[in-house]
Amino acid sequence: MPYEFLEEVAIADVAFRATGQSLEELLTSAADATMNAMVDDLGTIDRTTTKSIHVEDEAEDLLLVNFLQELIYYKDAERLLLRPDRLRVERHGRCLVLDAVVSGEPVNPKRHALKVDVKAVTFHRLRVEHTPRGWEAMVVLDV
Amino acid sequence: MAVPPSIKKISDTVWEIPTSYKPGMRVPARLYATAKLLREMDDGVIDQVTNVAMLPGIVRYAFCMPDGHWGYGFPIGGVAPMDAEEGVISPGGIGFDINCGMRLVVTNLTYDDVKPHLKRLVDRLFERVPAGVGCTGFLNVPQREFRDVVEQGARWCVKKGLGWEEDLERTEERGCMAGADAGKISQKAVERGCDQIGTLGSGNHYLEIQVAKPEHVFDHEIAKVFGITIPHQVVVMFHCGSRGFGHQVATDYLQRFLRAMPTYHLSVPDRELACAPFRSPEGQDYFAAMQCAINMSFANRQVILHRIREVFSEVLGRTPEALGMRMVYDVTHNTAKLERYVVEGTARQLLIHRKGATRAFAPGADDLPEAYRQTGQPVIIGGSMETGSYVLVGVPSGEQTFFSTAHGSGRTMSRVKAKRIYNGRQLLQQMEAKGIYVRSASYAGLAEEAGGAYKDIDEVIETTELAGISKRVARFTPIGNVKG
Repeated sequence: MPYEFLEEVAIADVAFRATGQSLEELLTSAADATMNAMVDDLGTIDRTTTKSIHVEDEAEDLLLVNFLQELIYYKDAERLLLRPDRLRVERHGRCLVLDAVVSGEPVNPKRHALKVDVKAVTFHRLRVEHTPRGWEAMVVLDV
Repeated sequence: MAVPPSIKKISDTVWEIPTSYKPGMRVPARLYATAKLLREMDDGVIDQVTNVAMLPGIVRYAFCMPDGHWGYGFPIGGVAPMDAEEGVISPGGIGFDINCGMRLVVTNLTYDDVKPHLKRLVDRLFERVPAGVGCTGFLNVPQREFRDVVEQGARWCVKKGLGWEEDLERTEERGCMAGADAGKISQKAVERGCDQIGTLGSGNHYLEIQVAKPEHVFDHEIAKVFGITIPHQVVVMFHCGSRGFGHQVATDYLQRFLRAMPTYHLSVPDRELACAPFRSPEGQDYFAAMQCAINMSFANRQVILHRIREVFSEVLGRTPEALGMRMVYDVTHNTAKLERYVVEGTARQLLIHRKGATRAFAPGADDLPEAYRQTGQPVIIGGSMETGSYVLVGVPSGEQTFFSTAHGSGRTMSRVKAKRIYNGRQLLQQMEAKGIYVRSASYAGLAEEAGGAYKDIDEVIETTELAGISKRVARFTPIGNVKG
């Protein structure tokens, strides 16, 4: 699994480390980690509804925050649990542009073993790094 | 926690970290804790409270309450008084869940009256007060009208017949913050919150039926004023906030503040401490948006109270009035509020940030409802679902913390670790064996809230009393719990 939840980083919140060979893979891992904080088994999310997400920023870490915030927005505004299908990041001048197609379905407590509601992505200890082994991020979610 | 060698013992319950501890600290930090609670605090607390001490305009001290633990930006339990003219406002000093708070309701029922109906009561509350990931309420409020809700708070609810006029009297700020401006909130915030009025959410949010045992009433006179008069009296306490609406308001402004900080030559050691001068356009816009989120939360708790009254009435076959279901108080523990204090002989307006800390006004405070002018402000403290909760009262010596005290028992173990150690289903059975009937939207969520993941609530509360920042009135024992 390209992400792991961390026991000793946040007390009341949920921290995870995500990895990926590319920035796109890292963003996909982080999206699944965020969803996995709320739903125990991601395999129970049927991919019946599709959404497009477009976010931009100059820095990788802010791009990641903006992307995860979109998923959190849809969870509240349309009760959707979403996972990435396709995701592309391109650099346009100083700006990183992320376009993603995500899919999923509305929360269904009968089928989804629910965990804890994610309120927001915090900036606390937020880190996105390109290392010799690939991309790595640490994120603390407010729950 | 490794206690820093430079920490100075002020009293058995107050510890001070001097400004020499870390470059950039403008004021010392003060932690309220017994030696045991201090040792149990995690390292994040020291790091974060001393970071808060660096914020421009902070007055006297950065505080951490006895239930303090590692948060993001501020520690949970953090209090920061900022000069309203020279200081900053920081969304991280309030939290994403703006106006997360507590409400306490009494009944004229005893434990024996309720016991035969307990399961039915909890089951119906679980149905009528939606909880858990993605939960929505039963009110259909169009987006345009939701903007009225966030400007009017609990007043909107009472106008719609979802509460009693006296509920407003007994809500902080009468349930409506002046200065709320829906023009300062995003469409996304509206979309995240408009169908969540009357919902608990998840995490540590809960609704509990509790009993005041006679041996747990510590101040009978004040308890009587609060409406706690019968042995083994049943009360209802609940904890929730401004739901997705408040979370989005905080998210929107945190990002705006991060972009604005260079303009004001501000830098902070943790981006979660992003801030703007309170009197700047950004600071004032956030303040107006934050008031909207405070109001959403007052409305949320008002509608939940209405549902509780409906359920008790339905199950017990008497009107809420006949059941004596009067509200004691509603108090927030995640806010920044303008208050006046005399600092070094000069009257100043301060913006008191309280993140996981409760305002605790002493007797005589102008902002208190008439009923509590003589007693002081009720302070509602939610413990873990296995142990117990308290109602305290504000005291004159609370001025030392700008009338702030604890808000709960405070975690000692991370959620991830608690989930590894505890099993939600087993916990549910154990609690039932102890006489606590629980309905939860999530077994995993239940495990995270196990009593063992929290500090000893009795020690936390005793510390607030020994330190002179609040006083015990009554302790409540849980018998039924709806958990998000």
